[in-house]
Amino acid sequence: MRNKYSHMSRLLLLLTLFISSTALGQVSISGVVTNKKKKPVTGASITIKGSYDGGTVDSTGNYSFMTTERGDQILVITATGFKEEDINIKIGVESIRKDVVLQDNTSELGAVLITAGSFEAGDKKRGTVLSSMDIYTTAGADGDITSAIKTLPGAQQVGEQTGLFVRGGTAEETKVFIDGTLVNNYFYTSTTDIASRGRFSPSLFQGTIFSSGGYSALYGQALSSALILESTDLPERSEGNIGVSSVGLSGGYTSLAKDKKSSWGVDYNYVNLWPSFQVIHQDPDYFQIPVVNTAEGNFRIKTGKRGLLKFYAYYSGQQFGLSRPDIDSLALKDAFTLKNPDYYANLSWKQRWHKWRLTLSSSYSNNLDKVQNQLQNSAGEPVTMSQYPYDSKSFQAHTAAQLAQGKAVLEYKLPDLSAVRFGGEYQHSEYKSKFTDDTIPWINTGYTDNFTAAFGEADIYVTHKLALKPGIRFENSPLMQKSDVAPRVSAAYQVGPGQVSLAYGLFYQKPDDGYLSFYPHMGYQKATHYIANYQIMTTKRTFRLEGFYKKYDYLTKTFPDTSDIGTGYAQGVELFWRDKQTFKGIDYWISYSYLDTKRNYLNFPYEMTPNFAAKNTLSIVFKKFVQDWKTGFNLSYSYASGRPYYNLSQYGKPAYYIQDSGRTIPYNNISFSLNYIPTLSKPNSKHFTVWVLSVNNIFNFKQVYSYNYSYNNEIKQPVEPPAGRFIFIGCFISFGVDRTQDAINNNL
Amino acid sequence: MKHLLFFSLTLLLAVNITYAQSAKYQRVMEQNVALLDTAHSLSSVVDLGNRFERIADAEKTLALPYYYAAYCKVMTAFLGNDNSKADEIADKADELITKAETLDKPNSETYVIRSMIATAHMMVDPQNRYMQYGAASAEALNKSIALDSTNPRPVYLQGQAKFYTPEAFGGGKSVAKPIFEKALSMFGTFKPATDIAPRWGKGATQYFLSQCN
Repeated sequence: MRNKYSHMSRLLLLLTLFISSTALGQVSISGVVTNKKKKPVTGASITIKGSYDGGTVDSTGNYSFMTTERGDQILVITATGFKEEDINIKIGVESIRKDVVLQDNTSELGAVLITAGSFEAGDKKRGTVLSSMDIYTTAGADGDITSAIKTLPGAQQVGEQTGLFVRGGTAEETKVFIDGTLVNNYFYTSTTDIASRGRFSPSLFQGTIFSSGGYSALYGQALSSALILESTDLPERSEGNIGVSSVGLSGGYTSLAKDKKSSWGVDYNYVNLWPSFQVIHQDPDYFQIPVVNTAEGNFRIKTGKRGLLKFYAYYSGQQFGLSRPDIDSLALKDAFTLKNPDYYANLSWKQRWHKWRLTLSSSYSNNLDKVQNQLQNSAGEPVTMSQYPYDSKSFQAHTAAQLAQGKAVLEYKLPDLSAVRFGGEYQHSEYKSKFTDDTIPWINTGYTDNFTAAFGEADIYVTHKLALKPGIRFENSPLMQKSDVAPRVSAAYQVGPGQVSLAYGLFYQKPDDGYLSFYPHMGYQKATHYIANYQIMTTKRTFRLEGFYKKYDYLTKTFPDTSDIGTGYAQGVELFWRDKQTFKGIDYWISYSYLDTKRNYLNFPYEMTPNFAAKNTLSIVFKKFVQDWKTGFNLSYSYASGRPYYNLSQYGKPAYYIQDSGRTIPYNNISFSLNYIPTLSKPNSKHFTVWVLSVNNIFNFKQVYSYNYSYNNEIKQPVEPPAGRFIFIGCFISFGVDRTQDAINNNL
Repeated sequence: MKHLLFFSLTLLLAVNITYAQSAKYQRVMEQNVALLDTAHSLSSVVDLGNRFERIADAEKTLALPYYYAAYCKVMTAFLGNDNSKADEIADKADELITKAETLDKPNSETYVIRSMIATAHMMVDPQNRYMQYGAASAEALNKSIALDSTNPRPVYLQGQAKFYTPEAFGGGKSVAKPIFEKALSMFGTFKPATDIAPRWGKGATQYFLSQCN
């Protein structure tokens, strides 16, 4: 028993000793924590893992704390922007001194970003250049995405043809993608010498990437440029809206479910240019005023915590008729009419599982252009003449284009921002055209293609200062019976306060629809891009200098034979400066592009500068919101040096020759817009109103885009916009909750 | 007998250690929560945040230290003058408050932190981010009030949001003042559930109210 007791007391003694020793003995741990450049990492936390004991690094880089822990322990050092450091230590009775050097964490904020060739817009954490609000408040853009893009370097100020002309490329060389898939008829159909707008409103999109070259292997079939649009996710709230303006009426409703996991919306838009055309004289005589009816619907459903299913459907019906004097006989007129119904639908699903991210997208579009041209006498009666060139002036053409496609992209996130992604796409396109004039009965042409592509790409962060993006794309067209392999690679390296980016890539594109119908076995047109840029970017300022060289091969030739032996090049230097800091409350940007380009394509006799390429292009955009007046003022100036024009004639000779050539006058345009928001000062207002006034080409500068010639070269007429100055006025009201900031958003 | 004695002793010891541990938790938390009232500088808030995070990681199963760690973390985004780090700091605060919500459940106080995190993101680029984060911040405050209508902190933050919104956009001192007054009277009657439950905000409300005149 005594023995037992003594045993017990020894145990107790031991325990007491153990407990008191932990309570009494404190050991000091101290040291210095710096980064690789020996600068103190102020605020870093030092912890003995699993205990309360630790300290914080002060402004001189020192830390020190007392601990009662003993034995083998792990010292954990953490700080924002640095990798966690774990150090094994053995704590005895002596003070410990431990100096630590922390490694930079490759985070999105500190890391370089590959920027060669591309402008990213939208509310991403990095790389924001233009947001949807910027697009709405760019004077002269009138709420059209591509018009705002024209104030960025690389894009040309071409007013007589629809589309984006980028770095010496034609409008067909720029393709638009929504949620990953190609959009076939992004622009409203128009007629010769008059450009039209894009169909889709900027507010549909949360992100816009404008790539003027060297774009990702996830996209293809665009020789020059890709405009990549990402639609918005779930709306913030339910609301209704109506709009009345000098060009029409609009109304819509968006409903967000109570659990905020799904939403639906419908919109209707009616455009009629009759009121505007009464006030603003138009040069062609519109015997049928342009009218557009647009209906849109959408739904979005959250799938789990990290997934979203999105659907968007669009219908638009457009029609107009105009007549212009016939260039070959000024006593006659050409009366042109267009009916253009267009359907578009897009269904996409993105889902994340741990480190995997899957994006499935599909879309369908169906566009019909019903065109009729009639030769008329001055009284507006149809005229039939059997001699050239009048025998082919009256014609009808119906062009139907359908595109159904599916695309899958799978991404796997690697440590430190690196990632690999790969996938494939399928495009079923049907193009049907029928044509008749006084000399020929209806003839049908067209093609069907089942185009496929597979692609892979990796983001490799070697360090947070050096990133590489290699990619490859395989494409196959059963119609053309040809495949291609397009490697792309880009890199970014941090230099001083900014970064240098380089990009190289091969880009292929099928010949344009009209040629593909007759000559399906021509090869892919090809462009090789080389791009280098230097960029310094802070949250309030962006400076960017970019140089490029682009080589064209296998462009379509139409004379002497239709073939794919056309060639060309484009090279230039571009500058971009955006500043929201220097002048309080003022946001402005300046873009300048220098372009040197020549090509031998279509009926060109040799390589020459095409008529859509200006050597110097400049844009200055300026914005200021005056709170006391509840009004935003926006101003923009665009300049382009004179463009070359040619009369490529065959009159009296067996081959095309340049009968006349020259350079147009320089292009100048100063536009202005203002947004007045009367409900601003009323807190918690249940409706929200914005008035918009915009004036395009305020000073009515004369703009000559090019010249048209009669078939016998005797008459030469300038191509000018239908109207000089254009004025828009509108009022937009939304009902729901207070929408202070949309203010500036929703103005056209 | 020997076994029984040994067993009870071990049990006693274990209980004692657990008690000591929870007593230590209580004591250290009380000290640090008290320090919050006087921590106005960036360095002191960073240090307190580190302390709460250490306690949280050591305890592993308690929501409150994570809550305080998230609060201190997001406060450093407001106290610091380097906007370029605010996103990363707010993301870290988000991680901490998510841990608090998983260990307990989302409540009136955690939504207050969520609102502050959204505001921190917004302040990086207010013009472009107001739509997304401004709305998220206001909505989190509404949720906070819905879960506990006696909590003065979301009301104080609503006042602060109006205080910093320009008059032309429906904000300003005159709009903010009655909200701060309401918050202050709520602070007068608010009783924290425990000695270490959230209690911050009264001093700041008084300060803002004095600025409204």
